[in-house]
Amino acid sequence: MDVIPIKSIKDIPTEEDIFPGTPTCAGCGGLLALRHCLKALGKKVIIVNAAGCFTLLSIYPFTPFQNSWLYTAIACAPAGAQGVRDALDILIRKGRLDPEEDLKVVVLTGDGAAYDIGLASTSGAIYRNLDFYYICYDNEAYGNTGFQWSGATPFASKTGTTPAGRISPTGTELSKKNLFEIWRSHKPPYLATISPAHPVDLINKFKKAEQYKGPKLFINLSPCPPGWATDPSHSAMFAKLAVDTGIWALKEAICGDVRHTFVPKKFRPVEEYLKGQGRFAHLFKPVRQEEILAKIQEMVVQYWNEVQDNESIKK
Amino acid sequence: MTKEMLTGNAAAAWGVRLAEVDYIPAYPITPQTEIIETLAKWISAGVLDARFVTVDSEHSMITAAGAASATGVRVFTATSSQGLLYGFEMLYAVAGWRVPLVMVNVSRGLSAPITLEPDHNDILAARDSGFLQIHCETCQEVLDSILMAYRLAEDERVLLPVFVNMDGFHLSFTREPVEIPDLEKAKMFLPAYQPRHAFFKASQPMAQGVAVIGGPAYSYFKYQMHLASIKALEVYNEASKEFGKIFGRSHNTIEGYMIDDAEYILVMINSFSTLGKAAIKEARAKDIKAGLLKLRLLRPFPESDIVKAIKGAKAAAVVDQNISVGKGGILHSEIAGAICNQKDKPLLLSFIGGLGGKNISPQEFEFIIDCMVKAADTGEIPAPRLLYTETEWKEMDRLKKMAGKL
Repeated sequence: MDVIPIKSIKDIPTEEDIFPGTPTCAGCGGLLALRHCLKALGKKVIIVNAAGCFTLLSIYPFTPFQNSWLYTAIACAPAGAQGVRDALDILIRKGRLDPEEDLKVVVLTGDGAAYDIGLASTSGAIYRNLDFYYICYDNEAYGNTGFQWSGATPFASKTGTTPAGRISPTGTELSKKNLFEIWRSHKPPYLATISPAHPVDLINKFKKAEQYKGPKLFINLSPCPPGWATDPSHSAMFAKLAVDTGIWALKEAICGDVRHTFVPKKFRPVEEYLKGQGRFAHLFKPVRQEEILAKIQEMVVQYWNEVQDNESIKK
Repeated sequence: MTKEMLTGNAAAAWGVRLAEVDYIPAYPITPQTEIIETLAKWISAGVLDARFVTVDSEHSMITAAGAASATGVRVFTATSSQGLLYGFEMLYAVAGWRVPLVMVNVSRGLSAPITLEPDHNDILAARDSGFLQIHCETCQEVLDSILMAYRLAEDERVLLPVFVNMDGFHLSFTREPVEIPDLEKAKMFLPAYQPRHAFFKASQPMAQGVAVIGGPAYSYFKYQMHLASIKALEVYNEASKEFGKIFGRSHNTIEGYMIDDAEYILVMINSFSTLGKAAIKEARAKDIKAGLLKLRLLRPFPESDIVKAIKGAKAAAVVDQNISVGKGGILHSEIAGAICNQKDKPLLLSFIGGLGGKNISPQEFEFIIDCMVKAADTGEIPAPRLLYTETEWKEMDRLKKMAGKL
């Protein structure tokens, strides 16, 4: 592998590919990550977008991008990517488009599209080995409609459709769907989780992914101030805490082989991540729900124990 | 030019082959599947230079078709019935993208109850999507209409996707003699697609399908689609004339059968029109001045052609092979809307028949014509009729008895 990884944020290009002044919410963790993703991808890009928060990035007659854009619908951005990729290949093969004009095809979806309604079209595109990138900005709920439960919502998060109350003090009873493993079962050449708080890791993952033809998939944990009920200035902090507590594992899978790209030296207690977020406030007030807090910590510990077993066995 | 016995589905595939389509996203559904199988076979054999991909659903299929067309290639796809409804959201979307793709729908009744044979509730559900619609009675029309559809869709005054519709089984699986034009002549009629409005390339970034905020921006784009569709009437007539010059046959927006002096007119669409024509012949033999108006182009709606064709007749009966539950025949409403402000308009009767492929017998046609004659004599218009014969009723009784319900 000839990829030379970058070492620090000083190595990230300073040129911006997405202009400021978008209608996304202040402190959008998804936009922060997308900004880094585009720096890694360059300008020869077409984003195929699914309905979600980022649909509002391009509103007639404005677009914040220097690259191309196609809005589809919520369930089918990967199918749109299939059409664009196939058409570009046909045009180049038949000599109707200069290969210099070729584009990287990038699907951009929220977690509702990725985990739920668009899962079939995503599975189809990965299975067909479509040569594309897929960026899921995962804020763990249907954010654009005001934060309702999705398949990505974690255990004990409160959402508009899983409110915490006397009968259901937990909020969300189900655990977050394991999209990473669902995608990995298709054996795409490259698959990774990313975080806006780890831009060097993010950029290096895109650099690595670029060498592969086929699906290159990314899930970004995206702090969402209005949905998570956090201060917009704290988004990077929460993104970092998610990694430092072990809740959001930074990892990659190359042709199915998993490797964690960042393991905290000392894991911080999950409470530090949960405490400041309004979506978990019911775990602390009016009474501390010790069992739930313990269960969340236990889930994290169990995950990393399994990681240690698996990855040390490999070594 | 060669003449071969082709099914409606094979004729559709030949239209696609002669249009030298670049890209075919597909998903199987009865009774459309023979089209995509034929195309896949030709691509595999190297006689059609196109890329074929089977996707995960009709929803994905229409998305991929629209996205490829937005990138600048000539695209074909096909579906039927449940599949059309499964992909329904994307019909409106790709029409709004103004992409000139062509899609065949092989009509089939909609579930529930689930069935196989045709009626037009599937394609009429897509009536308001922005797609133009051409409806075919014969296998020759299917082939010819696909070439015309691309010509229409890709015209810069139109830039809307087009449906070519045929009836499942009755046309899709019926062999008829079909003239297959030479490729050179097809190319004269339909030159290669050169997109100037929608494409993706690195040197010229473009945002397509973007959101709007507010009614004025939304209305602006919707009105544009409507005006382009209306403009397509003129473009259709030009294309039809040139088609006639090159191929020696032509297909107008409507077709009149023994209609010039007709006092009683059946209004029909698609393959059951053939049954209607036979009934007209019978009526003429009995000295009833009957005729038939077949609608070929349904969107844009050729209102002035229709008005002209039935003007002066005593009565017209719309035979709807569809049912708007709780209202009645969809085409009846459309024709009524077209003639309501005309002087000299015929009395307008409504009949519903042929649902789920139910036959319309010569006796039922005789009944319809009789109703028209009586209405003209008395000035009284009968309530809309649901066609059903006594034999069919008795057969249902027999089935119910078997099921222990009688």
